[in-house]
Amino acid sequence: MRQFEREKKSTRDAYGNAVHELAKQDPTVIGIGADTTNNIGLKGMAKEFPDRVINVGIAEQNMMGTAAGLAATGFKVFGGSFGPFVAMRSLEQFRTFIAYPHLNVKMAGGMGGLSAANEGVTHQCPEDMAIMRTIPGNIVVYPADMASCDVIVKKLSTIPGPAYIRLGKFPFLKVFDENYTFEPGKANLLEDGTDLTLIACGTTITRCLQAKDVLAEEGISARVLDMSCIKPLDENAVLAAAKETGAIVTVEEGTILGGLGSAVAEVLVEQALVPMQRVGVRDVFTESGDHDPLMDKYGLSVADIVSAAKAVLARK
Amino acid sequence: MLTKKEIKELNIFACEIRKATFSAIHGAGRGHIGGAMSMVEALAVLYGKEMKIDPKEPRMPERDRFVLSKGHCGPSLYATLAVKGFFPREALPTMNHGGTILPSHVDRLKTPGIDFSAGSLGTGISVAVGSALGAKVKGLDYRTYCIVGDGECDEGQVWEAAMFAASKKLDNLVVLVDYNKQQLDGWTKDVCDLGDIGAKFSQFGWNTVEVDGHNVSAIYDALEAARACKGQPTAIILDTVKGKGCSYAEKAGLCHHLDMTDEQFAQETALQDARIDALRKEED
Repeated sequence: MRQFEREKKSTRDAYGNAVHELAKQDPTVIGIGADTTNNIGLKGMAKEFPDRVINVGIAEQNMMGTAAGLAATGFKVFGGSFGPFVAMRSLEQFRTFIAYPHLNVKMAGGMGGLSAANEGVTHQCPEDMAIMRTIPGNIVVYPADMASCDVIVKKLSTIPGPAYIRLGKFPFLKVFDENYTFEPGKANLLEDGTDLTLIACGTTITRCLQAKDVLAEEGISARVLDMSCIKPLDENAVLAAAKETGAIVTVEEGTILGGLGSAVAEVLVEQALVPMQRVGVRDVFTESGDHDPLMDKYGLSVADIVSAAKAVLARK
Repeated sequence: MLTKKEIKELNIFACEIRKATFSAIHGAGRGHIGGAMSMVEALAVLYGKEMKIDPKEPRMPERDRFVLSKGHCGPSLYATLAVKGFFPREALPTMNHGGTILPSHVDRLKTPGIDFSAGSLGTGISVAVGSALGAKVKGLDYRTYCIVGDGECDEGQVWEAAMFAASKKLDNLVVLVDYNKQQLDGWTKDVCDLGDIGAKFSQFGWNTVEVDGHNVSAIYDALEAARACKGQPTAIILDTVKGKGCSYAEKAGLCHHLDMTDEQFAQETALQDARIDALRKEED
């Protein structure tokens, strides 16, 4: 089973650095946070462009409205706070004042998924991707590592309208390099296979690649898709996986209610019914702990993925 | 200070706005008459005198910006824009009907002259803050105006925005609070007493002016004072009567949302025509 190296910094740093680089090229790029500008990696940008990093204080709802006002007057806004305060506390403001008028605001949910780890349920947000997916026109993405985060943020800067980017807290495992490609609504075929497809998003990519290795030892050939962008969803990649491999397992660091697994299931049930299983956090509140052990505890270990793969194969 | 002639013209403009508002609300059969009426003089001064706008070029880059935070009162803003010529007056009776360019709550993607979508209460002030902040960052001299309802000051976000605007010294921002003393469930003092709303803004670091919200001259003077004030945003507390200028709404007392029959429409329109005639007879 292959292993991955831990990165030195987190996707929060990658996000802030990417926005900083964009700001050097484009005077309309502006950052905003709710006492979270350092936390989402905007410290360097604030140093060089103090006028273009706005800190509204601990007031996420006002942050969303202010971001809307800035965007409506011509700025490309990159903001963020912690996952639950973006995807929950100020969700209505994001939906009604940013997404509905289709304003150019990208919001990051720092410490998304289970990555708030030891902070516990108040700061964890396994629901963020599912919630943000319900908003029309919103792009929802979970970068797996620093290199892909950089590519994703820079690509998003060329697309007007809203987006939600889930960021981690501590460094992730490195899986991609600067050659990563990102297009909203386009999955990356990471490794091909014939017996089933593992569809992964963000931090579950490394685990799916490891599960592929374990399955291979037992003579099972798994395709692995990088579906870090869950909205818009690459329906063609899902349908091709159904047709060509005949079974699908989705693996997401988040609730299985409404996120990646639900999105894939919606496509399959309407267009190509094949055996499918969702791997993710069940309908429970999680607990405090380190990020990776928490993922293991709540059903996202490599063994869980392998077991789900065998279960769908048995239903083929 | 306004001249006597300007005061007369703005009062006539206010009557025209009321008439056009009736046309929109009558077309819908019912609407937020109370709050639409109470802010008419403020709209007349903003769109008739104060703001830099061009109906032929609604998105003119150097225009002043306006946010209607109490977005449910769109009818009198639509009326103002129609009278100014942003879009044909014939659109007014289509308000709230399927396919209209005039939805119940204001929408920047549907209506010429609407800069910001709004209507979910307590949030428009933040959008106005973003607009004013954007002007400061870009070094532009447009100003941002925002009408906030008194009832929506129950929302905590209003005070998040108020604290932040003062902290950023947004002297290019004017918030006009339509203090008509009513909200959906009744009188504001009974639902959630606002106390001294002007003192609250002052405490949050704002330059605060309290005026008769149906006196165009007083409103204009307050806007001039706002322009002269450096380093602070200005809150103008408009002491208003909910339903002002719609006789049956004023008589009703609580008048947040009312029907408008054909007879009521004819009667109220005639009353405004009579007022316009009387105003025209006044000496300049």
